[in-house]
Amino acid sequence: MYIHQTMMTITEKILAAHCGKKEVKPGELINAKLDLVLANDITAPISIKEFRGANAKKVFNSDRIALIPDHFAPNKDIASAEQCNMLRQFSREHDLSLYFEVGKMGVEHALLPEQGIVVPGDVVIGADSHTCTYGGLGAFSTGVGSTDVAAAMITGEAWFKVPESMKFIYKGKLGKWVSGKDIILHTIGDIGVDGALYRAMEFTGEVIKKLPMAGRLTICNMAIEAGGKNGIIEPDEITEKYVSKRAKRKYKFYKSDKKANYIDVREYDLTGMEPQIACPHLPENVKPVSQLGSINIDQSVVGSCTNGRIEDMREAAKVIKGHKVHPYVRMIVIPATQAIYKQCIKEGLVDIFIDSGAAFSTPTCGPCLGGHMGILAAGERAIATTNRNFVGRMGSPKSEVYLSNPAIAAASAVLGRIGRPEELK
Amino acid sequence: MKFNGNAWKFGADVDTDAIVPARYLNTSDPKELAKHCMEDSTNPDFMKKMKAGDIIVADKNFGCGSSREHAPIAIKAAGVSCVIAKSFARIFYRNCFNMGLPIFESSEAVDGIKEGDQIEVDAGNGVIRNLTSNKTFQATPVPPFMQELITAGGLMAYTKKKAGL
Repeated sequence: MYIHQTMMTITEKILAAHCGKKEVKPGELINAKLDLVLANDITAPISIKEFRGANAKKVFNSDRIALIPDHFAPNKDIASAEQCNMLRQFSREHDLSLYFEVGKMGVEHALLPEQGIVVPGDVVIGADSHTCTYGGLGAFSTGVGSTDVAAAMITGEAWFKVPESMKFIYKGKLGKWVSGKDIILHTIGDIGVDGALYRAMEFTGEVIKKLPMAGRLTICNMAIEAGGKNGIIEPDEITEKYVSKRAKRKYKFYKSDKKANYIDVREYDLTGMEPQIACPHLPENVKPVSQLGSINIDQSVVGSCTNGRIEDMREAAKVIKGHKVHPYVRMIVIPATQAIYKQCIKEGLVDIFIDSGAAFSTPTCGPCLGGHMGILAAGERAIATTNRNFVGRMGSPKSEVYLSNPAIAAASAVLGRIGRPEELK
Repeated sequence: MKFNGNAWKFGADVDTDAIVPARYLNTSDPKELAKHCMEDSTNPDFMKKMKAGDIIVADKNFGCGSSREHAPIAIKAAGVSCVIAKSFARIFYRNCFNMGLPIFESSEAVDGIKEGDQIEVDAGNGVIRNLTSNKTFQATPVPPFMQELITAGGLMAYTKKKAGL
């Protein structure tokens, strides 16, 4: 007997499992059960208003809604304090176990994987575009708006159009001071800011198979910068090692079938690739660092949901150790979570940063989106390990942001211009 | 329903930071957000010049970047009747249907409309008329489920009905 079996990608398999189907196809509209619903202090207030406006009395599950005040927290002004208070009061009213107060909070997309609250095989929506980060664990996760989150807080479900998948295969060997950030910047530079519009981006190949979890999370974090619906990496031994000691729930590893369908397959040989820089004002304006010329900077930011993990802190510290931040530069280092902060103290990284003349901050999204903790004046320029360099992203609409990995950001802080660790004397 | 207004043209990849900068996101009040609509775009004086009912006409990937629903909220509260673009970023597209900002996809219309042209859009059939040049364009049909959302009055009305609230 011939048994029909559709070949599916990891994204399709996870979505099928969450809508009670054996198989799903790209373009198909599904209603998926959600493992986690997420919002922050900017987006949750609208969700809460919509939730109340719909006369809803109960959330679908008080252990599956994460409200994280991380953008303008610790409260930057009175209006932000009011917004954070909405999250606090709503969490108390509905007995939400995943509300993270200042002191326990971290940048949401670093915090949730670290705490084992998101696990492989999950379907997650978040009212934050960088929710796609959890694809690094082998989960399907995607950013939505506040109204989607409001509806999901009531029903525990969301509708999706099953995306077509693109496959990105990375071969070769990464050079020194080259990491996940460079891989994703290089890819966005290749396909453009809408190169993966509405699509799943599946990252694979020998480079990815060796890449630590931090780099995988960084890559998937920026899938949205290519317009992608989600980024995803097949879970393996590296995933298992990361997840097994953290997971708060059971998890499942899904893998793409060898004959699964992809709308596009792209191969990259990364041997010899230099650190990549995204120039103003789009993440697709990517150049190898050596082709930049002399670009003076006023500020260097190391942190964010993209590059605020302990590995990023170590990389920046390794570069800056024994050097001084250039007198014309402010360097701001922001570990993404309290656990990372503590680890930085334990490993002596905080001493290294402070001795070099850098500021070391409590976790917050802060300057990444021009919130607080390092806003740029007109005419100023920053290098940042963050994810966007749109006009006005870090402050004045007349300022500029260049995106890089943590090693370049640290080296540039010392040089006073964008440059490489090798240039430090 | 028909929309009628003058066109304001924008380029490709207009991001949600340009539509409403994050520095104003310490509120979700539509009126406050509307004051800053398109403030960091190529037309920072948009709010001073536009009239209620006017139409934003943009190139590809309109609304890319952040998931902030404050962006379509600001556009709607500003009095813009609808947005026509060659394509929309995914989250922005989804948000518009959820909260009720009418949007239309048509490359031909975008190429065939100049700043200031008088435009009429029939939301029912997606026909876009440039009354200044007397040309007609057809927007990409809205997928059936999205049409269902519009008919229901947005995602929350749809969810209320489904959840029996």
